Amino acid sequence: MQNVWGIAAFVTAVKILLIPTYHSTDFEVHRNWLAVTNSLPLSKWYYEATSEWTLDYPPFFAWFEFLLSHIAKYVDPQMVVIKNLNYASHATVLFQRFSVIITDFVYIYAVKEFCEKCLRPVKRSPEGDVFSNSVLSLAVLMIGNFGLLIVDHIHFQYNGFLFGILMLSIVRIYEGRNLEAALLFATLLNFKHIFLYVAPAYFIYLLRSHCFQNAKDGSILWTSFSPLRLLKLGTVVLMVCGMSFGPFIAMGQLPQVISRLFPFKRGLCHAYWAPNFWALYNVVDKAAHITGTKLNLFPSTNSSQAAVMTGGLVQEFNHAVLPSVKPIATLVATGLSIVPALFLLWRGCYGPKSFVRCLTLCAFGSFMFGWHVHEKAILLIIIPMSLLALEKKRDGQLFLFLATTGHFSLFPLLFTIAETPIKIILMLVYTIFAFTSLGEIFGLPRRGLCLPLLSIPESLYILGLIPVQLYCSVGHSLLRLDEKLPFIPLMLTSAYCALGVTYSWLRFYWLTWKDICIEKSKKRE
Amino acid sequence: MMSSLLDGHLTKIVLVVLVATVVRWCVSLNSHSGQGKPPMFGDYEAQRHWMEITVNLPPKEWYFNSSANDLQYWGLDYPPLTAYHSWLCGMIAKFINPEWVALYSSRGVDNPTHKLFMRSTVLVADFLVFFPAVFAYFLYTDKIKFDKDRTIAILCCFLYPGIILIDHGHFQYNGISLGLTVLAVVFLSTDHDLLGSMAFSLALNYKQMELYHAMPFFCYLMGKCLTAEKENWFFKLAKIGIVVISTFFLCWLPFLTSAESALQVLHRLFPFARGLYEDKVSNFWCTLSLVVKLRQMMSREDLVVLCGGTTLAALLPSSINLLRNPTIDRFKLALVNSSMVFFLFSFQVHEKSILIAAIPVCLLLHERPFPCFWFLLISTFSMFPLLVMDGLVVATIATGLLYFTIATSNLDFGPYTSYFPGNRISVPQERNDVRLLIATMFWLSLLGSVVLAVASLTLTPPKKLPDLFPVLISAYSCCHFVLFTLYFHWWQFTCGSSETMTKHRVSARNEKKKRT
Repeated sequence: MQNVWGIAAFVTAVKILLIPTYHSTDFEVHRNWLAVTNSLPLSKWYYEATSEWTLDYPPFFAWFEFLLSHIAKYVDPQMVVIKNLNYASHATVLFQRFSVIITDFVYIYAVKEFCEKCLRPVKRSPEGDVFSNSVLSLAVLMIGNFGLLIVDHIHFQYNGFLFGILMLSIVRIYEGRNLEAALLFATLLNFKHIFLYVAPAYFIYLLRSHCFQNAKDGSILWTSFSPLRLLKLGTVVLMVCGMSFGPFIAMGQLPQVISRLFPFKRGLCHAYWAPNFWALYNVVDKAAHITGTKLNLFPSTNSSQAAVMTGGLVQEFNHAVLPSVKPIATLVATGLSIVPALFLLWRGCYGPKSFVRCLTLCAFGSFMFGWHVHEKAILLIIIPMSLLALEKKRDGQLFLFLATTGHFSLFPLLFTIAETPIKIILMLVYTIFAFTSLGEIFGLPRRGLCLPLLSIPESLYILGLIPVQLYCSVGHSLLRLDEKLPFIPLMLTSAYCALGVTYSWLRFYWLTWKDICIEKSKKRE
Repeated sequence: MMSSLLDGHLTKIVLVVLVATVVRWCVSLNSHSGQGKPPMFGDYEAQRHWMEITVNLPPKEWYFNSSANDLQYWGLDYPPLTAYHSWLCGMIAKFINPEWVALYSSRGVDNPTHKLFMRSTVLVADFLVFFPAVFAYFLYTDKIKFDKDRTIAILCCFLYPGIILIDHGHFQYNGISLGLTVLAVVFLSTDHDLLGSMAFSLALNYKQMELYHAMPFFCYLMGKCLTAEKENWFFKLAKIGIVVISTFFLCWLPFLTSAESALQVLHRLFPFARGLYEDKVSNFWCTLSLVVKLRQMMSREDLVVLCGGTTLAALLPSSINLLRNPTIDRFKLALVNSSMVFFLFSFQVHEKSILIAAIPVCLLLHERPFPCFWFLLISTFSMFPLLVMDGLVVATIATGLLYFTIATSNLDFGPYTSYFPGNRISVPQERNDVRLLIATMFWLSLLGSVVLAVASLTLTPPKKLPDLFPVLISAYSCCHFVLFTLYFHWWQFTCGSSETMTKHRVSARNEKKKRT
């Protein structure tokens, strides 16, 4: 592969190959939205409830589905009929799959922009070699991201083009075109509100670097505050939100829309626990409960309830030993976890890279402590982090560690037999490529069992994923535990990955802090 | 050679195998031939039915019509090795779920688990035969100077869409017979003539279509015996003969109980009772029928004679050339030429048989990337109507795009580099009129294929000509194949001088390395 377009063509071919694979209920979710937006007037979009998969994305995404539906009706008119629940004709599958593949070009374009304009390679590397050329390597790591491939092109979602808008906005920040960046990010928020998680980083960065100026030593010049710039930023953001929510405010439907967007009735954890702090919390609770029951410390009234935790249903769940967690507690914990990152960004704002670090930390914080976090949200950490992977060795190391752990944690998303070889091989291809390529770019310290760039404990942890997967796919049923303890494989995956993600989070915090210290001392000199 | 492979390139080889595997597995998730089309279904059901027959009946009944073995319903018509392979797979199937191979009641079995099983048997066959053979070939060939080129050559061979789509989509086990042939080529090129003869005999005993390759094997070995200096020629020939005969003897052992039994197998293998060609094949006779309706003018017996005569006559030039100069380079080219001649002129040709010519071309891809790449694309395109019937259009687009991307950005197109946008493998050489003309023809030929493919999918043909597009596609491909056959003949005849070309290319590459 000689250039970014070659890589894009290669990855697109792989995406087309994935068309016949299994698709989850999200496929039906999006088909239903096509039908809803196509057959109903705007005023009924957020009220329609024939299907259980009601519209729960912000208005821009609804408009996006509206546009798609006007092509869809020519492909297969039955696709846009609301009462055709679970309709998946051949034409429908092709149309929906190709809509993801084609809109992904927004992401590909954004990655190309980033690689060519914003990346500062560590060294002059040979032209045209995907392994040792930083630009091409980053393009492969981002365009061919394993998580995006399986979530978008097997499981079925539209993350590719949404991340494309995020990437474009980050590119604009690198270029210093802050207003455009704000415009793009506000648009993105109105496509999918999960990106609210990283909004604090945008807010602080734009306020700090667009409305204030730096003194010579890098500290803030309070007197340089420009109200006009703040006003412009505010206008841009409000305008976008006005375009999106305006019609619904005018129709007096805002409370209904908001209640659809933020369904707090769901549980603390998703059916499969995302590998975060609460997964560890649940495991500790469960362990305490089991030991407690064995030692007869408390009456066994909760036992039946505790067993259904990962049964597959989204529901509220009370912990057996540890105190149950209320939404407000997760909100406070998330807030507390990102405040230091925002503070670091405010104090030591050294350009776009500090911004990307803060954005990643915000995503980390909300993933670690958020309410009802999906395992897919790990992409919100991995993708911004890959932007840093090729400039500093330390960041590259952490990226390899986190990406491998995070991608592995996506495995339970695909549970069918036919897709198992695909997920394992694609993951291996991505991981081996990432390790080899970063190894070649930063120089390979190969010592025995150690993986390139990783320390011994880190290598052992990553290699430990292999026995975990072996146990989950073979060992568990060989031990004949699948009927007695069906939740063990999911719990094991989740808990094991949670350890790795937590470690990465703490280490990334530390690296960011160290980075700022170094920058500061540089400025002083 | 081996040590350098283990150093830095092992991971890249591992990546190549992983990519080749995942592509195959993804293609296998598509529909197979005859999926959901009772009462006869397709090749998938044929292979399954053979498992049913071989597992349940004793070998002596496999090829005979009986109440338990209705030969009209996909009767076994491949040589004994295929039957043994079916038996092995059938035993595994029986172990997993006896209903899959239950006599009679299992006809048309088609459920997702069974499909997974069948698909994985093809993948296992690739792992055991095709992949190792291709590896061995590219490890031992002396035409490749850099490890990176070796990896690319292996990747291109593994990702050739034709064999992936037919084996893992349509459903066949070509990887075994073609893999054995590649193995035979490896043995011959490393001077292990006896092992080579054995490997090729095995290939022949897996699929009789390998006869397309028999002439070059015979001529090469014969020529080598005649020009042998160290050894007595007759002694050497006798050794090879004994190896071939005993391999055949062992393969056929269960069927040699009586002359009748052996003849029945032979009769099943060569069914001259079938037509001149099946469906629309891009060979000479099918294309000729657009102008001259031979099938209405001559009896079948006459047609067989005509086909046989034409094939033999067309086979002579490359065979005699090889017999007189038995070098390994000529031998590889003769493999292409002989199979192309058979494909174009012989009796009862299937569109899939182009694979028999395409795999030897895959082995030559690194030597002259430009013409070989062109041929391989057209060969895949020539099977398009079949792939459409099997519901493999999406898989064809995907594997085609994948192959095109990998090849155009990684192959060293030598003097044609500047006509491939984005390819920077070797120094772009100055353009001249001849090259410009040929490159333009290449891109036009591809454009033509794409247009024909799109048209066949989107336009409805006029009622008088329901087969318009399959016919156009086969005639279009046939024109290419005739020209390619001429080109490959020319290449074989001028083979000695091709070394200078390789040298030239290596020096160009070195020059580029120096510059960067």
